This record gives sequence, C-alpha cells and structure tokens, in this order.
Amino acid sequence: MDKSPNWRETFVTAIVKTCGYSAVVFVILIFFFLLRQGLPALFEVKIGDLFTTRWYPIENHFGILPLLTGSLVVTVGAMLIAIPFGIGTAVFLAEIAPRWMREILKPLVELLGGIPSVVLGFLGILLLSPFLRVFLNLPTGLTALAGALLLGAIAIPTTVSIAEDALDSVPQGYREGALALGATKWQTIWRVTLPAARSGVLTALMLGVGRTIGETMAVMMVTGNAPVMAIKLTSILSPVRTMTATIAAEMGEVANGSTHYHVLFLIGLILFLISLAVNITASSVIFKSRKRAERVLS
Amino acid sequence: MKAVPLILLVSLLICSACGGSPGQTTPSARTSAYIQNKGSDTIVNLALAWAERYQTEHPDISISVTGGGSGTGIAALINGTVDIANASRAITADEIKQAKANGINPVQVVISRDAIAVVVNPQNPVRRLTLQQISDIYSGKINNWTGVGGDDRPIVRLSRETNSGTHVYFLQTVIRLGDPKNTTLFSTDTLLLPSSEGIINEVRQNPNAIGYDGLGYIPPDLMNSVIAVAVDAGGAYVIPSITTVNNNSYPVSRDLYMYTNGQPTGAIKDYLNWILSPEAQKIVADLGFVPIK
Repeated sequence: MDKSPNWRETFVTAIVKTCGYSAVVFVILIFFFLLRQGLPALFEVKIGDLFTTRWYPIENHFGILPLLTGSLVVTVGAMLIAIPFGIGTAVFLAEIAPRWMREILKPLVELLGGIPSVVLGFLGILLLSPFLRVFLNLPTGLTALAGALLLGAIAIPTTVSIAEDALDSVPQGYREGALALGATKWQTIWRVTLPAARSGVLTALMLGVGRTIGETMAVMMVTGNAPVMAIKLTSILSPVRTMTATIAAEMGEVANGSTHYHVLFLIGLILFLISLAVNITASSVIFKSRKRAERVLS
Repeated sequence: MKAVPLILLVSLLICSACGGSPGQTTPSARTSAYIQNKGSDTIVNLALAWAERYQTEHPDISISVTGGGSGTGIAALINGTVDIANASRAITADEIKQAKANGINPVQVVISRDAIAVVVNPQNPVRRLTLQQISDIYSGKINNWTGVGGDDRPIVRLSRETNSGTHVYFLQTVIRLGDPKNTTLFSTDTLLLPSSEGIINEVRQNPNAIGYDGLGYIPPDLMNSVIAVAVDAGGAYVIPSITTVNNNSYPVSRDLYMYTNGQPTGAIKDYLNWILSPEAQKIVADLGFVPIK
C-alpha cells in the first residue's frame, strides 16, 4: 500500500517525460529526413542553377527564386493585414468591449479559426478574386493579394485568441495605476498594458506567421501559381507561386528519388529553416524582454 | 471537381468491402476480383462511369478508381501498386526503362480519344485562332487580345499544373507545334491551376482569360466560346467535336490510354474488352469524349 502512490508517481512522470521528449525527437527526426532527401538536390543541380528565375521542373529548370519570393510576398502581405487587425481585435476584446460582448465575440473569432482553409479557398476563388479583378481593374484576381487576404483571415483568429489571453492576464493593478496617474485609456493601453503583455503578444504574432508561411491549400487555390519573380512593388497585384503550393502540386507526381523529388524536399527544408529562424528570433526577443522585466521588478 | 469522384470512390470502396474478399487480383479467380485503376484526371470521370456500370453488371467484380494525373498512374504501375494505369499521354521511353528495371512490362490499350478545346470568356469576340497564334499567346509573344483581332485587353493565360498529361500534350502539340526540336516554354506568368474546375471558373468570370481543357470538361455555357483552330492561317478553322476528331480535321486531339503489366488476363482482360465494346464506348460519347470506332 505504501509503495503504490510512489509507483504511480514514477509511471506518470515517465509518461509525461516521454511526451515532452517525443516532440523534440520528432522534430529532429523530421529535420534529418528532410536533410537526407533534400541535400542530394545540391549535388544533382548546380547551386547556380537553383538560384535562377525559371521554375519548370518537367524540363529540368529548377530555379527556386520565384518560389522564395512568391512565399515572401504572400507572407509579408498577410502579416501586414493580420498584425494590425489581430492586435486591434485583441485590444478591443480585452480592454474596451463590455464583458457580455467579449463573451460572444471571442468564441466567434475562434470559430473563424476552425473554418478549414480549403473552404476559405473556395470563397477566394468564387467571390474574392472576381471582386479584386473588377475593383482594382487587374488582368486577373488570382494574385498574391488574394492569397495575402485569405492568409490574413486564417492568421487573425490565432493571433487574436492568444494576444487577448496575454492582455487579459496583465494584472488589473497596472491599468489602475496608469489611470490613477492621469493617463487616458488609450495611453494606458499603448504604454502600459500592451508592453506588459509583450511576450504573449509576440507569441501570438509568431504563431500567426507560422500558420501563414505553412498554409498551402487556400494559397494554391487563389494565387494563380505562376512562377514569376515577385520583386517589384506591384508584385502583390500579380500571380505568384509559393513554396508550399509547389510541393503540394508536384509531390504527387514525381518519381521517387529523382532530381525533382530531391529539389522538392530541399524546398521543404528551406521552409523548415525559415520557420525555425522565425521561432528563434521571436523566442530570443521574448527572452530578452523577460530578463528586463525581471531586472525592473527586482 | 475532385469532390464527386471522391464520393464515388468511397462508395466504390464500400461496395468492394461488402462484395466479398477484396484481395490480390488472381487471374484465374473470375468469380470475385478486385481491380485497381489509377491515373489521369482527364480520364477519371470516364473510368468511374465505366467501373460503376461494369460493377452493376458483374457484381462479383470490384473496381477502385482514383485520379492524380497520368504521371501518378504510370508511376503506380511501375511500382506495381495498380492493375490498370490511366494516361492521357503515351508512356515515355524513360518510364518504360524504369518499368523494365522493376520487372514490369507496360502494355498499352487505346480506350478513347479526346480533343483539347481552347476556350475564352463569352464576352471575348475572338472565336478563331491558328495553332501559331495560340503558341505565341502561351509563350508570351502576344500579350494583348488586339494581337489576334480582339479587344484591347491583357491576355491571362491559364493552364493545368505540370503533372497533368494535358499540360504536357498541349506543350508539345500546340506551343511547340509538334516539333521535337522546338524548346519554347510556357510564359512564366501562365497561371497553373490545380484543377479543371479552376480553369473553367476563371474563364467563365474573367474576360481576359484563355484556357484549355479536355472537351469533356467544357460546360454547356462555355461551348459557344470554344475557339475554332486552324493549322495555319490559310487553312480551315475547325471547332472540336466527335465528328471533327474522328475525321482528323481538328488538330489538337489525342488518344487516351490504359496500361497494364503484361498482356491482360482474367478479370482485367474481360474488363478491358468490355471497355472497347459499343456499350462502354457509348458512355464515352455521353461524357463528351470521342469514342474509338
């Protein structure tokens, strides 16, 4: 009888540990798999040929620059939409909206996050892209902008939900203190509440970026998938081809172990490294701000 | 476009599950057999219609049909995971070599013919083009509809993805005008859409667009804006139809194939024979493809 709780303790700890470590193990395994399948591409295709502007794999044109710039334009566009709207909505929900409204709005925003991206893609094809074509007088509505708008809509719920939680957990005393010092409501939000919730808000943005850069289906449906170099300011209004859409569209067809197959894995590896870089940057910022907060408090 | 075949596929799989033991296809076991059929998205609807009819007539046979593209189907045949591969293009020498290396011997059957229709938005006044003009449009030499006698509008080029047999066929026959030494490519700003439905939808709502697809995929509302094609400027402009494909006057038509490993035997042989029968070829015409005579 004495030993049973002890035994249970060990057992549960082991399970929790396994869960924790398994995430790390899986990420490492995936990384090595990508390396193994993707690195041969660097030997099969000259590096100089990889960084050209023509992507047409069935004739051995493996220039990945159009795909890189395409993903970049769509992601940056989406973040320009998702960051202000996401934080704005979160601030409204946490700081301004009355309790009852927040109780209705927040679940609704989270519900928006539950809409499958393929459904948003359909709306994009049938409503958004015709509207953009007529409204902006473009040759076609299947553009990076359509992709950015959809991705913004996909990233906003994640951003709002987490940012709102972070703002909500800022102690009420901070706000009361600011207001007592004569700050207006806006000054309190901008100078006190938001900075205090900074690490949570940054996490929200980071997860938003993560969803954006990895999203495939909606992007493949509305961006037109034309592998053109997206380096001009007007590129947002022209069709682009993203890295994710390329992998999704072409992976089903390639012969196992061919050059094309290895190049697609190399693109996957690049996507992985980009996500990793975003994550590391964000966590180091969070880490720094936490340290400063600790200094201030001590 | 993918949703309907998927539902059919699921129902076929359910049928196959209740139709006795869906195991390996053994040539001698004619009483109950399971045939896996995979490949070209152009053929998938036709293959599904055939499979459904055949299964109602032969309840002991189960046939599962999936799409994915001609390359996907042939790859599956090479890997030995399907019984019949559908392809809207002929198997390449490279693929035959890979198959031989895997101990697979691909045997080809022509199952129907298909015309590739070039289609524009109904508002666009252009109704006839030469092969050379279509090639110049898709390779990026002509960028405005005025270049081919239309309104002053930019041209938006639509194509299927590169894994589509239709894409490869269009590149070789139209853009490169059938010349194997020609290395013209699609203009980089050609929109590569993942489905036939995406192309039809964009052509329907965008007056700047030009697209191409199998004749069977052109909906009735766009039939009036299908382009009549001439081989050269002096020649006759021909609209794709069953008649013009069979008398070889429409220049952009092709055979559709099924491939098996070795000469078909048993249930697969019966099925392929049935496909070539008048009854099955009538389904071909019903779906907008061109029956073989």
